[in-house]
Amino acid sequence: MEDRPISDISYYKFIEEGKLMGSRCRECGKIYHPPRHFCEDCFGTDMEWHELKGEGELTTYTCIFVAPPYMAREGYGRDNPYCTGVVTLAEGPRVVARIEGVDAKNPESIKIGMAVKAEFVRSGEGEGARTYLAFRPA
Amino acid sequence: MAGKKKLGRGVAIVGAGMSNFGMFPDKDSKDLFAEAFRELMDSVDKGLDPRDIQAIWIGNFSNDFFVHQAHWGPIIADLTGLAPRAVTRTEGACASSTLAVRDGIMAIASGMYDIVLAGGVEEMSKRTTEEVTEGLALATSPYEGAAGFTFPGVFGALANAYFHKYGANREHLMNVTIKSHENAPLNPKAQFKQTIRDLMEARKEKARQKGLPVPDWSDEKEALFDPSFNPPVAWPMHLFDCCPISDGASCVLLVAEELARSFTDDPVYIVGFGQGSGRGLHACPSLTSFEANRQAAAEAYGMSGLKPKDIQFAEVHDCFSIAELIHIEDLGFFGEGEAYKAVAEGETRREGHMPINTSGGLKCKGHPVGATGVAQMYEVWKQLRGEAGERQIPGRELRIGATQNLGGTGGTCTFTIFERR
Repeated sequence: MEDRPISDISYYKFIEEGKLMGSRCRECGKIYHPPRHFCEDCFGTDMEWHELKGEGELTTYTCIFVAPPYMAREGYGRDNPYCTGVVTLAEGPRVVARIEGVDAKNPESIKIGMAVKAEFVRSGEGEGARTYLAFRPA
Repeated sequence: MAGKKKLGRGVAIVGAGMSNFGMFPDKDSKDLFAEAFRELMDSVDKGLDPRDIQAIWIGNFSNDFFVHQAHWGPIIADLTGLAPRAVTRTEGACASSTLAVRDGIMAIASGMYDIVLAGGVEEMSKRTTEEVTEGLALATSPYEGAAGFTFPGVFGALANAYFHKYGANREHLMNVTIKSHENAPLNPKAQFKQTIRDLMEARKEKARQKGLPVPDWSDEKEALFDPSFNPPVAWPMHLFDCCPISDGASCVLLVAEELARSFTDDPVYIVGFGQGSGRGLHACPSLTSFEANRQAAAEAYGMSGLKPKDIQFAEVHDCFSIAELIHIEDLGFFGEGEAYKAVAEGETRREGHMPINTSGGLKCKGHPVGATGVAQMYEVWKQLRGEAGERQIPGRELRIGATQNLGGTGGTCTFTIFERR
């Protein structure tokens, strides 16, 4: 039984541990990702953690050629674009995440609807190291 | 769910002003707002004693970030000579100044004030493009930033979803851009006053002067498909799908309906107003629509008793080309999945049956984010009064116009309907 508080801080800690966690309304059963404090459907306030399988399909995407500073520091930019997108999970909720294992320089080769699977990518070194959520073709 | 209440008291615009939009290294936010306010005072047909203004609302997204100065309300009150009257800053990202007008409307409708100044200002060009991109990204949903999304990236993802669902393609986005660039040369306040063909010729001339190979594009679309002319930003968003970085200010004078004719014989009445909120890409109900738009439209149509077919022209928030297509569907001007065909057929051109963004839109007029919503209203004010000069919509009596303003990546949307009686 996971008793961490339902919060974005907890959510990102789970990502660091390689777990994709959403919240489930104990009153109506609806599953949310990222976790929500309150249920949008029944306005229930009693939420529990719910682990998601990390399987889904690519719903839409973009390939970014003008990178924000934090991505430019990872070496991304005009000559090295990256793909990020929206994935619809098998359990229903959608996720925004980086899409790995696709050819971002050739955006039209990336197919909406393709099956994807979550992976947890370790990036950076020392104190700056972090784990981010990504998806790649299944 | 949407409110259908009428205003407790009618509200009219009786004066409007906007600064030139562009990148101005020698002007700051005060200079820009002064430019807009000066024009507003001159625009009141029967004259305005500024001492009669009772309160101010001023929209500003993030001068805190852009020029490291917050708390713009009192600065604007002082600038205009209106201190110590009440002033309030509103923030709704790129919809900040429409929220200022909304507060002004509610203050007058409630009976609290009779005469209100509402406007907006933003000063963005003192920062580098990378810094502005970072500053604007502060208004995305937090999860989107964490996944590497930029502003253009969110709209790129929406464009791909739209393409996939309806069979549209990049060429359809180019139609939006080409149309905006046709209108902008007729707007003396626009940041970019060149058509795409003008820009192609300039590029060819530059190549000739430098002794480089001269591009042999046959038409606008061939140039726009050439990545050396139109490089990708966030696929399928390319440079010409994106609005520029701009400085500018805008303002309107709002008065209680019963006072309007003491200021002008030709007031513009606000007959419908709506505002909605929206969630990020992970939670919004559709990736080819903005839920905040639908809410705003339902409220504004409900308040006014008007229908989409009653709106004769509109300014909509084309921060990115795809946004224009989505908005004109959300507002009911065109059916879902129909906007790209209508634009291709020229229906949104000045001569078309539903002119959109006669000002040149954000794409060409410029997008100083906190000033944009009221600058859209300025265009509607000009068009309704027949004062839009060369870009005046031809061949028809204009009575009803509208503005749609979007903040962030759809987190805030507004829809406002104006009537000339």
